[in-house]
Amino acid sequence: MNMNRFERQVILPGFGPEGQAKLKQASVLVIGAGGLGCPVLLYLAAAGVGRIAVVDGDVISPSNLNRQVLYGEKDLGKNKAETAVRYFQEKYSDMQWTAIPEFITVDNAQAHIFHYDLVIDGSDNFPTRYLVNDACVLLKKPLVYGSIYQYEGQVSVFNVGSHPCNYRDVFPNPPAPQEIPNCAETGVLGVLPGIIGNLMALEAIKVLSGLGKPLNNKLLLFNSLNTQFQELEILPNPTTQSAIPTSWNEFHQRDYALGVEGVQQLTWNEAMKLMGQEVAFVDVREPGEEPPLECTGLVKVPFSTLSKELGRFEEAEEILFFCQSGARSQKAAQLLQQTYPDKKIFSIRGGINALKS
Amino acid sequence: MSDRIRLKAFGMLAEKIGTDSLEIENPGSSEALKRQLLQQFPELQSLTFRMAVDRKLIQAETAISAGQEIALLPPFSGG
Repeated sequence: MNMNRFERQVILPGFGPEGQAKLKQASVLVIGAGGLGCPVLLYLAAAGVGRIAVVDGDVISPSNLNRQVLYGEKDLGKNKAETAVRYFQEKYSDMQWTAIPEFITVDNAQAHIFHYDLVIDGSDNFPTRYLVNDACVLLKKPLVYGSIYQYEGQVSVFNVGSHPCNYRDVFPNPPAPQEIPNCAETGVLGVLPGIIGNLMALEAIKVLSGLGKPLNNKLLLFNSLNTQFQELEILPNPTTQSAIPTSWNEFHQRDYALGVEGVQQLTWNEAMKLMGQEVAFVDVREPGEEPPLECTGLVKVPFSTLSKELGRFEEAEEILFFCQSGARSQKAAQLLQQTYPDKKIFSIRGGINALKS
Repeated sequence: MSDRIRLKAFGMLAEKIGTDSLEIENPGSSEALKRQLLQQFPELQSLTFRMAVDRKLIQAETAISAGQEIALLPPFSGG
């Protein structure tokens, strides 16, 4: 029965039973089970990759459902890694699945990535992308990269071939937080991550089975509005390699969070100690972002309306901002500091995501 | 023969420039082109981007000759 499941690819010239056996032997770690991760998982599972683990600490929210096609209305509020793995365990009995319901960090990256033959970067933020890139360089692990912005996408294959490239050969350092659009404000048509995720699954299958020519040393660009593909050649860049930690010790010490200049960041533990009468504790997420947080003294001022509500903070001596991942709250802190230079204003590092993991 | 080059802008750069494709006078080198772009489109000054000359990502100042295509490439983080 299991062989039947793969019959139509096993009869392909150039793939054959050998290609199928290689997929069966292979293991893949998929980081992020969102817009890119969902299509990657669907096609790697259908193709018969033997062992797949899914890492994601996020929960499913209504705004995910236009593109994260593994999930439905009944899954709202559930963890993405666990929900995805449950779906596939029911679907296919001939694979090994692992759900890792946490975010990838400098503390867990080495242990998770070490056990797999190939890594998929389906994350949705720069800190995770640089962290995963650096960990894969240290482990010399093939990394299939994909990312999107509005109607466009990028795909590449890193740490593969005789002159392996990685993400820092393309973009040596992360952009400043001010350059990055807010995660709640960037629109996306679901089919775009569908296309980019499928290209990523294809690249993973090519690397694992030895089929065709993967996109190593190439960056593929796709524009969905004019349906144009373009390939750029990339080469190892010796001058950017210094940005990558040279040891695990150095990696563990590295702070991958993007910092806005002049904004003081606190951990949740440090923030909890500050809570009190004269402290405003402010959630700048937009309505509907999951999970909602309810507690006494919490003020909700969505980032999109913050600039019109600056007067609300006149009374507070200290202000603590948080958001989903810690980027918008830094912009909020920066904005408030300009208005109230004498107040103590902080942003909570990593946002709600850091609280969950 | 006119000394012109073609620019292709991606992602947020296309938004700031106002088009994803345009033809300009050849400024002669990647650095000169960058200076010209930052002057003409001040919003680009705060953005990270890389350049490719004839579909090869460049790592240092590179001479540009007539008829070449220059891609302006910002990083994307979405997923």
